[in-house]
Amino acid sequence: MLDLGLDVLLKGKNLSRILGGLGVAMKISMISVLISIPLGILLGVLMAGKNPVTKAIMRVYLDIIRIMPQLVLLFLVYFGTTRAFGWDLSGETASVIVFTLWGTAEMSDLVRGAIISIPVHQYESGAALGLSKTQTYLYIIIPQTIRRLIPLSINLITRMIKTTSLILMIGVVEVLKVAQQIIEANRMASPNAAFGIYLTVFFLYFIACWPISLLAKYLERKWR
Amino acid sequence: MKYLKKLFALTTTLALVSALTACGGGEAAPAEEGDAASADVVYRTLDEIKESGTINIGVFSDKNPFGYVDENGEYQGYDVYFANRIGEDLGVDVNFVSTEAANRIEYLQTGKVDVILANFTVTAERAEEVDFALPYMNVALGVVSPESNVITSLDDLSSEDEIIVISGTTAETYLTENYPDIKLQKYDSYATAKNALENGNGVAWANDNTEVIAFALQNEGYEVGIPTLGSQDTIAPAVSKGNSSLLDWLNDEIVALGEEQFFHADYEATLVDTYGLDYEDSLVVEGGVTGNE
Repeated sequence: MLDLGLDVLLKGKNLSRILGGLGVAMKISMISVLISIPLGILLGVLMAGKNPVTKAIMRVYLDIIRIMPQLVLLFLVYFGTTRAFGWDLSGETASVIVFTLWGTAEMSDLVRGAIISIPVHQYESGAALGLSKTQTYLYIIIPQTIRRLIPLSINLITRMIKTTSLILMIGVVEVLKVAQQIIEANRMASPNAAFGIYLTVFFLYFIACWPISLLAKYLERKWR
Repeated sequence: MKYLKKLFALTTTLALVSALTACGGGEAAPAEEGDAASADVVYRTLDEIKESGTINIGVFSDKNPFGYVDENGEYQGYDVYFANRIGEDLGVDVNFVSTEAANRIEYLQTGKVDVILANFTVTAERAEEVDFALPYMNVALGVVSPESNVITSLDDLSSEDEIIVISGTTAETYLTENYPDIKLQKYDSYATAKNALENGNGVAWANDNTEVIAFALQNEGYEVGIPTLGSQDTIAPAVSKGNSSLLDWLNDEIVALGEEQFFHADYEATLVDTYGLDYEDSLVVEGGVTGNE
């Protein structure tokens, strides 16, 4: 049988360490998701509005965050704030800040897109049926917007989970770093461990992301 | 509609403003403390470290046998052995920080660690950014390649061949300066570079010779075609630029440890399995005195 070096995982506390690493990655991405989804919705609504000043500010914010690689943002927030202001943020805090800034920016653009994609005749039909503005929003516009948002935001959430693999560069020991540590510590005893451990990491990310896409599928069906 | 929108906009703005001020308030406090200490000084002096009871030491967590984490989650290795002794002699706990080759200088410049003990090779460029203490190990560059196509000289590489290096290491700097025509494949961590060589992404891997010797000893089918490349360098602890109290203490410590042959004991405890006894005297530096001076 092909030796994947999976026995390395059972040595000492390796299994709990790698699961702990996944825990760190999930904690950081979930906190960021929980903050950035509501914030993104609020900002997205503002962006879909007509105020040119808000729109311009949002545009600049969105473009800065979108153009900069996440790694650069992480270095800026982790090391840059120490240099510029003397703040001593922990790696975890810096990661949450960066992922929240990024998630909020992307989410707001998704919300803006979903809102303006609702054709104007939907508003007019609501009015023609004698619905008030509030009723039109409540019963016609918002449900359709939410349905359009689900696949997009699920994509964003899983991307946020997977991008946590970058935070090892600012000293946060998450699942990928633990995997690399385990591979290195056993490079003499089990040189084949790299494949098995990376396979494990793949499954761990899969287990983390799959329930989220199942939830999305369920919600899409429920709100069809 | 207009009212609704206005109301919405207003609440949103209020929520945002309060959120921002709340964050600002929380973060302003440590900022002021930092400013009070001094705007430019980022490091902690020896007394401040002793007072806090903990020293932050940046080590590799995936570089066996210098700095790695064992199956129980404990840091181990040649650098870690020394780090633990530093903690013991200072009478403080050691907080290990996992660093990468590419961010070691940044960690010191921002004072996020007090000492870097991550297989840090002394170079003139780095000495402008950080302060090095006395050396505790010798190192040169080496190049390892698969046995099927051993690279013995960098001059007979074809233009298609790429050499694997880790970003931020001396190997990268040396090759960029002395062999600007060679294509480099840069990786962020030791583990990814190793995978790249094993997958044949590049024809050879240039790194510290200790690394390539160990790699060839442990991995079937690889050979060190070039055991020493460039000049002999040393590995030393580094502190933030200007942190003289900590630097002086480290230098005294290294000299004192030389009398008890501490680094030989360190080698025998951590490196002997990897390099054998043959390399002990050529690799270890005691009391900060290098043999080739």
